[in-house]
Amino acid sequence: MKVLMFGWEFPPHISGGLGTACYGLTKGLSNMDVEVLFVMPSASGDEDESSIKIINASDIAVTETSKDVRTILEKVQFLRVGSNLVPYLTPEQFTEMVEKNRKGQVKDFKISMGQKYKFSGKYGSNLMEEVSRYAMVAAEIALKNDFDVIHAHDWLTYLAGIAAKRISGKPLVIHVHATEFDRSGTNVNSVVFDLEKLGMKEADKIIAVSNLTRNIIINKYGINPNKVVTVHNAVDFQGFEQMDVERGLDEKIVTFLGRITYQKGPEYFIEAAAKVLKRYPNVRFVMAGSGDLLNRSIRRVAKLGIATRFHFTGFLIGEDVKKMFSYSDVYVMPSVSEPFGISPLEAMRSNVPTIISKQSGVAEVLQHAIKVDFWDIDALADAIFGLLKYPALSQMVVKNGLEEVNALRWDNAAFYVKEIYSEVLKSN
Amino acid sequence: MKKTICLYFQVHQPDRLRLYRFFDIGKDSWYYDEFANKTILRRVAERCYLPANEVMLEQIRLHKGAFKISYSISGVVLDQFEKYAPEVIESFKELAKTGCVEFLAETYAHSLASIVSEDEFIAQVKKHSLRIESLFGQKPKVFRNTELIYSDTIGATVAQMGFNGMLTEGAKHILGWKSPNYIYTNAINPRLKLLLKNFQLSDDIAFRFSDRSWANWPLTSEKYVTWLSKSLEKDEIVNLFMDYETFGEHQQSSTGIFQFLKHLPSAVLSQTDFEFCTPSEVCKKHQPVAPLHVPYAISWADEERDISAWIGNELQNEAFGKLYEARESVLKTKDTALLSDFHKLQESDHFYYMCTKFFSDGAVHKYFNPYDTPYEAFINYMNVLSDFLVRVEKFSTADKTKSGTKIAANKGSKKA
Repeated sequence: MKVLMFGWEFPPHISGGLGTACYGLTKGLSNMDVEVLFVMPSASGDEDESSIKIINASDIAVTETSKDVRTILEKVQFLRVGSNLVPYLTPEQFTEMVEKNRKGQVKDFKISMGQKYKFSGKYGSNLMEEVSRYAMVAAEIALKNDFDVIHAHDWLTYLAGIAAKRISGKPLVIHVHATEFDRSGTNVNSVVFDLEKLGMKEADKIIAVSNLTRNIIINKYGINPNKVVTVHNAVDFQGFEQMDVERGLDEKIVTFLGRITYQKGPEYFIEAAAKVLKRYPNVRFVMAGSGDLLNRSIRRVAKLGIATRFHFTGFLIGEDVKKMFSYSDVYVMPSVSEPFGISPLEAMRSNVPTIISKQSGVAEVLQHAIKVDFWDIDALADAIFGLLKYPALSQMVVKNGLEEVNALRWDNAAFYVKEIYSEVLKSN
Repeated sequence: MKKTICLYFQVHQPDRLRLYRFFDIGKDSWYYDEFANKTILRRVAERCYLPANEVMLEQIRLHKGAFKISYSISGVVLDQFEKYAPEVIESFKELAKTGCVEFLAETYAHSLASIVSEDEFIAQVKKHSLRIESLFGQKPKVFRNTELIYSDTIGATVAQMGFNGMLTEGAKHILGWKSPNYIYTNAINPRLKLLLKNFQLSDDIAFRFSDRSWANWPLTSEKYVTWLSKSLEKDEIVNLFMDYETFGEHQQSSTGIFQFLKHLPSAVLSQTDFEFCTPSEVCKKHQPVAPLHVPYAISWADEERDISAWIGNELQNEAFGKLYEARESVLKTKDTALLSDFHKLQESDHFYYMCTKFFSDGAVHKYFNPYDTPYEAFINYMNVLSDFLVRVEKFSTADKTKSGTKIAANKGSKKA
C-alpha cells in the first residue's frame, strides 16, 4: 500500500505538535509496511528521511497540463480573495514573516513553463495564495506518482488533498489535528472554516485526534458521524534522553510550555500562580514560549506583582525544551481547547508530574495526570499546591504516568490508520 | 548688570545588561554586556567626549576665563571611564584645572532614588560628591538630579544637604505664564535656588541642529546669537542644558556641530551683552523672583516633562518596586559586589527601556534602547533582578546561620 501524504512540518523543523505527529505516524506506518510519499513545502534537506520519501513541493516543476487552478478546482478563485486573512499570526509576526520570506518567495505568480514554486513551509504571509498554489503542485505530484490513498494533515493541506483526489480519483483521508474553533474560540475565521468544511465534505474518511475534536467536527461542521473516526495521537521517545541539569535555584519550579495564545489558556496559569504564591512562597513559575498573548501576559504578571517569581523564557527549541522539563517540578497545560496535546506526554516522560485541562484530547488517554477545568483557577492552584506540597502525590503521579505514556505507541495509531486506508480502498 | 548664559552638559552612559536568560538565574551572576558597554563607551569617547573636551579647553584658554561651562558626570560613567577610557577622565581633569569649569552633584548611579527613597537618594548623592571631589578637587555646590527630575520635596531634601542651587526643567505646565529665564526658589526651603532649562533654545542645539526639515536649518552660531539677544531682551538669564553627547554623537561631527561650538563663545561675547557663568556663580549673581510650586515630579524628558518615561506602566512599577523593596536587606549584607550591582540596577535607563509610550516620543526612545520591545527589556531585567534577589537572600541566610552557629558555639562552651 502506498500513501500520498500532505503535511507541513517534519523534524527537525518543527513549530508545533503537528510536525511531531506527522513524523510519528509516518514512522508507525512504515513499520506496518505502508509506503509513504510525504509532500511538504520547503523541505530543507536535513529532514529525517529514513522511513519515508520526502518531496519538496518547491522542487516540483509545474507544467502546462495543470497550470490553471480553476480547471482543478472552482473554489480556488474564491480562496485567493481572502489571501490577506491570516488566521494564525499577529500583525507583527505577519510583517516579520513577510520580510523574512521576501527573498525566498516567487513574487510573480504568473505561471510559465517549468516554473518552480517556492513555499515557506510555515503558516506564511500570503497564506491563502500559498495554500492554493500548494494545491496546484499537489495535482502535479498526483499526476506523476503512483499511490493508493491520499492523506492530508490539517486544513492548510486539505485543498492539496482534494486536488490530488480530483486528478487521480484515489480516496482521500483527512487528518484533523485542530479546528478553527480550537485556535480562535468563537472568533472563527470564516475562510478557514469554509476550507475546513470543504475538506471534511470531500474526504472519504476523517481522522480526529481525539473524541473532543470528533465532536467538534460532527457538531460544528455538521459532518456525518459515521465518517469521523478517532485515532488518538501517540508519542515517540526514540532518542529521547532525559537531561541532567544542575539547577541554580532552590525553589520548586512550575512550568507552562507552549504557544502563548488563546487556545493554550496562559491567563489561567498566571492567575493560579498568583494564588499559589500567596500560600506557598517557595516556588517559581515559568512561562516558556511566545505568541500573541505574550505581552498581555507579561503586563498581567507585572500588575499582580509577582514578576520576581514568575519568569518568561521566550520561545524554546531542542535542547532548551528538555532543559526546561528537567528544571520543572510541575507541568501545567491549562488549554482552553486542545485537540490532543503532546507536550504533557513529554513532561510525563521526563518524570514531571502533570496537570492538564479537561478540555484537552490527551485527557481522554491519560489516567495519571491531574485534570482540571481550564477556567477553574482555584482547582488549578489547588492541584499545583498539592503536587508541590505532598511528595507522595507527585511520586505516584510520576511513576504511574511514565508507564502510561510509554504505552502510547505510534505503531498502535498507525495500525488504526492502516485499517482506515483499507476501508476506504474497499468502498472506493 | 550683564545678562547671563549658563551652559550645562550631562555626561552619562548606562551599564547595559547582557541577554540574561531564565536558565542563568542562580548560576551566573554576571549581568553586564561588557562588549557593548566597552565599544559604545569607546565610540562615544572618540566621537564626543575627547574632541568636545578639546574644543572646550581651547575656547576657555582663548577667552581667558570669559568662557565658562559646567558638567554633571554620573558616578557609573566615571567607573566605566576608569575601566575603558581613562584618558577621558584625564581630559576632564585638565578642564577642571582651568577654574572655568564647575562640576555638579547628582546621584551616583544616575538613579531615580529621589522618587522613592530619601535615604538611598542622600547616600548616593554623598557618594557622588566625594568621587567628584577626589577626582576634580572641587566640592559640588549645585545639584542636578537624574534627568532633571524635580519636585518640592526633592528640592527640600537637596537644600537640607547643603546645596545652594538645583537645576531643573522649565516645564511649561509648571511655569504657565512665567518665564524660565529668571531664578526661582524651592517652595519649601527658599534657600535653594532653581535654574530652569530654556528648552526652546537648548533643544535648538540638542535636537534640531541637524534637522534639514527644520525651517531654520542650517543653524549657525551667528543666527543663534541673534535669537539669544532678540528673544531675551528683558530677561536675565538663559540656561542651556543638554546631553554632552549632543556634540559628536547625537549630532555627528559631519553636521558641523563642533564648528558651531567653536564659534559660539566668541559670537556671544562679542555681539551680545551676555556673559558666561557657572551655576554657582548664577546663584550668587541673581536674585530669585519667586518661589516655584512643583507638587508632582517633573523632568526634562518627552512632551509630558514628567517621570512617566521611567515609572508609570505596570512593567516599570513592578520592576522599580521589587528593586527598592530589597534595599534594606541589600544594605544589611554590606557586601561590595552586591552593593555595586544594586547601584547599577538602579540606573534610570533600565526603566526607560520598559517605557510603552511608543507614539509621542518613540523615535527618541528607540535611539537609546538596546531592546526591540519594552517587554523584552522587562523580562531581561526581571531575570537579572531575580538572580540578584536570590544572592541577597542567600547572603542573609548564610549570615544568620553563621551568627547562629556562633551563638550555639558560645552556649556549648558555657555548658562545657
